[in-house]
Amino acid sequence: MNFRRLWAIARKEALHIRRDPRSLGLAVGIPLLMLLAFGYALTLDVDRVPFVVWDQSGTPQSREFVARFTGTPYFAFRGGVDSYSTLEHAIDSREAMLALVIRPDFARDLDAGRSAPVQAIVDGADSNTAGIVLGYTQAIALAFNQQLALDQIRRRTGLAPGTGLDLRTRVWFNPDLASRNFIVPGILAVIMGLISALLTSLTIAREWETGTMEQLISTPVRPPELILGKLLPYLGVGLVDFVIAVAMAVFLFEVPLRGSVLLLFGVGTVFIVATLAQGILISTITRQQLLASQVAMVATFLPAFLLSGFAFAIANMPVVVRGITHIVPARYFVALVKGIFLRGTGVTILWGDAVFLLGFAALMLVAAIARTKRRLG
Amino acid sequence: MRTAPTATENIVEVQNLEKHFGAFKAVAGVSFAVRRGEIFGFLGPNGAGKSTTIRLLCGLLTPTSGNGTVAGFDIVRDTEKIRTRIGYMSQKFSLYDELTVEENIDFYSGIYRIPAAKKAARKAWVLEMAGLAAHRSSRTSTLSGGWKQRLALGCAVLHEPPILFLDEPTSGVDPNSRRQFWDLIYTLAGQGVTVFVTTHYMEESEYCDRLGIVYRGELIALGRPRDLKTRHMTDAVLEIDCERPSDAMTVLARVPAVKETALFGKGLHAVAADAVSAVAAIRAALEAERIPVARVERIVPTLEDVFVSLIEAHDRAAGAQQEFRR
Repeated sequence: MNFRRLWAIARKEALHIRRDPRSLGLAVGIPLLMLLAFGYALTLDVDRVPFVVWDQSGTPQSREFVARFTGTPYFAFRGGVDSYSTLEHAIDSREAMLALVIRPDFARDLDAGRSAPVQAIVDGADSNTAGIVLGYTQAIALAFNQQLALDQIRRRTGLAPGTGLDLRTRVWFNPDLASRNFIVPGILAVIMGLISALLTSLTIAREWETGTMEQLISTPVRPPELILGKLLPYLGVGLVDFVIAVAMAVFLFEVPLRGSVLLLFGVGTVFIVATLAQGILISTITRQQLLASQVAMVATFLPAFLLSGFAFAIANMPVVVRGITHIVPARYFVALVKGIFLRGTGVTILWGDAVFLLGFAALMLVAAIARTKRRLG
Repeated sequence: MRTAPTATENIVEVQNLEKHFGAFKAVAGVSFAVRRGEIFGFLGPNGAGKSTTIRLLCGLLTPTSGNGTVAGFDIVRDTEKIRTRIGYMSQKFSLYDELTVEENIDFYSGIYRIPAAKKAARKAWVLEMAGLAAHRSSRTSTLSGGWKQRLALGCAVLHEPPILFLDEPTSGVDPNSRRQFWDLIYTLAGQGVTVFVTTHYMEESEYCDRLGIVYRGELIALGRPRDLKTRHMTDAVLEIDCERPSDAMTVLARVPAVKETALFGKGLHAVAADAVSAVAAIRAALEAERIPVARVERIVPTLEDVFVSLIEAHDRAAGAQQEFRR
């Protein structure tokens, strides 16, 4: 391998990038937009669930029960209804996700120590959210019952009883359980994979399409010089993207970056090299720009989005799919980025993922170099 | 005209070279040698196998069978060594459009590892040779066809290769630029560079020291342009200046003394074994059909006559062979 030839290729490629401001704009703009879109829109938090109440009881007790819903940020009161038809309409029109129906004898039953049925109707169209809403509702009902029981005991005995088991939870790494903290580092990894593969998927294919490849392979330039020379300037672009993305995560989305910045950029560089090489490999195989960019999209974005564990927990996947995730490089990068961002984990724990990424990068480079034929046809 | 080189050492040698693409034989058993320092031309219609032959010699394609050497190196095993000793200009313009003239030169000067001490001089030489000194900072895409060709040639000879392969270098450029380009080829040849050039322009092939005529993957004639005209044209070529030349062709097809006819400029060329009797027969036949004839006379055959005659002979032979096989 000769560095002068490698450098000549790298310089030429850098000139191409500079002369094509539109592509450069896309290379920086796409990750920026995607991060904004996903960071703001893709939230798994369920709060401000709209609900309506048909309070047939209209007593202090029933109002006390409803107040438990209006008093939390998880529910948003959308008014009262006075019939099943208006209640149905509220759910059908998606004005409300939850409707509570309190019977006329609610207060009387409670005072008499009888159980007082309350109906909770939940819109189950989005099963995940419905499940969470049900959970909230049950928790509020449970707390209401507990308070009721305590009040009764106090009234009867005049003593304040002990409350039994007292669970004290402490959530580590993401104490607010903000899904953004969990999504942003993941989507950052997914976006980096997509953009780097897209960047390089065009390079070799373009040379084939314009005919410059035929000229190039008639010269003494060797495949490693060609591949590494082409990779170098795009690594620069990829790192700029990565810096922007990390800065956005930290300053705009306020995701805590607890681990080593150096380590983050170290594994970032390895991942970018791996996916850049993957893009070049695709380019050498397809020899067509359009096809190459489409293949790059499908080959990097889809598995990274679905199988990396960035949003969908790998542990919940079927065994076969879980097996497949092991060959998705984004899986390891997502684990690394989340680990460094949220847990502040160091190399001692993350080295396994890092080694896999290194191996993948090496494999992609070798494959791209091996696929670079110096013959036509 | 330049005097032909006296050196007889062969810089390119090829024996029974074949290249098949599936069932199609692009190059079908070609043998020839190119002498050091000569301008060697390959003349033939599109699809005759000219580009494929050049690509085989440059190591861009692997032959199906046969063998050859370029600058003493095997075209299958030693392509690496061949690459440092050749300059190649592919048929398609293949410099980078978005780069400036100078950046393209710098790129190839890096690829060919021109020593730092020589770099500036080589660049100046290319700019001067191509007449691009004033346009050194222009984007290559803005250059005219002739300038692009000269720049491509300059980049292909930056490393001063002893042999230069040019694949239809002048296709698609205006006649004036074509002439200028050939002046450059002569300059390079004058410096001792061997030039292997393909073309489908008849008048260009006359500029070559030696010429191979290729047709359907086969080399059907090889020699100096002048020799080709005399050796391969034992028959006489007659130029007929008459009215309604296409009608005249139909008439002459029935005249036994005339072997073949072809439209040529405003008139006709006819090939005949015996010029004197044919002239009389032609005049008689055309006058009988009331086609006015201004002139019928024997001329020195052009390369195009040779080419047409060779191709027709080849097709006749191939046809006869097929008949025989049936």
